[in-house]
Amino acid sequence: MWDLLRHLLETGISTLGDVAPIAAILFGFQYLVIRQPLPHLKTIITGFVYVALGLTLFLVGLERALFPLGTLMAEQLSDPAFINGVEGGPSSSDWRDYVWIYVYAAAIGFATTIAEPSLIAVALKANQASGGGISAWGLRIAVAIGVAVGVSLGTFRIITGTPLHYYIIAGYIVVILQTLRADRTIIPLAYDSGGVTTSTVTVPLVAALGIGLASSVPGRSPLIDGFGLIAFASLFPIVSVLGYSWLVAWTRRRGRGE
Amino acid sequence: MPQSVSRFLRLLVESLRDLAPIVAVIAFFQLAVLRQPLPDLAGILIGLAMVVLGLALFVRGLEMALFPIGEALAAAFTRRANLAWLLLFAFALGFGTTVAEPALIAVAREAAAIAAEAGVVVDAPEAREDYATYLRMTVAVSVGVSLVIGVFRILKGWPLHVLIISGYGIVVVMTFFAPDSIIGIAYDSGGVTTSTITVPLVTAFGVGLAHSIRGRNPIVDGFGLIAFACLSPLMFVMAFGIVWEWGG
Repeated sequence: MWDLLRHLLETGISTLGDVAPIAAILFGFQYLVIRQPLPHLKTIITGFVYVALGLTLFLVGLERALFPLGTLMAEQLSDPAFINGVEGGPSSSDWRDYVWIYVYAAAIGFATTIAEPSLIAVALKANQASGGGISAWGLRIAVAIGVAVGVSLGTFRIITGTPLHYYIIAGYIVVILQTLRADRTIIPLAYDSGGVTTSTVTVPLVAALGIGLASSVPGRSPLIDGFGLIAFASLFPIVSVLGYSWLVAWTRRRGRGE
Repeated sequence: MPQSVSRFLRLLVESLRDLAPIVAVIAFFQLAVLRQPLPDLAGILIGLAMVVLGLALFVRGLEMALFPIGEALAAAFTRRANLAWLLLFAFALGFGTTVAEPALIAVAREAAAIAAEAGVVVDAPEAREDYATYLRMTVAVSVGVSLVIGVFRILKGWPLHVLIISGYGIVVVMTFFAPDSIIGIAYDSGGVTTSTITVPLVTAFGVGLAHSIRGRNPIVDGFGLIAFACLSPLMFVMAFGIVWEWGG
């Protein structure tokens, strides 16, 4: 019980440390530069308290309930004994022996993205700004599929030891080709969704997987090869959101019988 | 009052639904694949209840504070039509929210360890600390600059993809010149800069700006600030790696 309270207090202080500079900049500019009283000041301050309190509870809950299990799971799934099916010896160096890793990477990438608060915010805003034309759930699922594919491919890269920039550059080329054909209105949102996926929930669970894998696959260094999963998780949602918008446009055209 | 209570209940149900996939994935792998029992079930359930409540509060706070203040500031800046203050605000927002970001502090420290191992930095605590601080400042400045460019783009109505694709082109070229030890960090640094509080605020600010300038479309012009904030650290961190190797 005391342990929980201490954890809450520590995380609360660190969240306040995150909110304070933002609040200082916002209120500083509002009162020193714009010099106008904010409408609904009380609601805004209550909202800030909700944000800080909500993030604190969210983080403490994740750290107590899900992160320990997730990290443990990443270690167990990349453990040589689990991968080879027998005790002892180094991990297999054949990428085909790691099927459960690819499945787990895709599943956890998808699931953490659905729970990502900043993506919820962007999806809400996109739905509002488009007057309901962009579905918040459609966007979130498209982004989550992108993260799932990206993280899964990222684990494949760690296992095979192929250079990171080959994948990233190939991904950029796909994005450029898609952009040339995409509907202009979706492009900015697609580019933004790359960045929002990698935050509070996704990073700890995905980074644990990368580091666990890089330390157990023979010939990989956790310092050099453990990185890069985040880069995959922020590139592939761009591809999947552009793909999703193309699919929506295509089904609409078909529905009209053109 | 009852209306706000039912509203909050709906938010709770929605966060429960948002959390369901992650619980399902972890439970499935724990029970069906690894075939191990869930340790400390009571602790996990308490933790999950906190996560659900926290997410619902956060989303409520978004609607009450982060979205409206982002929009109000955007509208006020356009009314006063003072470009210098607007750009200064954009820089302050980018720099201020990034410089103290815990994820960035952790990555910078890790980068210093890698650089020391690669022999780019003298392997002493002070030298590593210096390297981490310079790297962190570089990323914070890069995010500040990226928001300035992003806001300027909204004002001018430039197409986003031309700027971002040329940015990617520069990143690809820089990859060939940057030291190997910095590339992984550079590619990851784009992701760590955008925190859960910054993203909603910056998004609302961009959309608000596009909304209050005549001739700009909130969807086409308002989004894209996050894309800049993710791209520019890549360039700045690689440039940092090149300069550091070259100069030191």
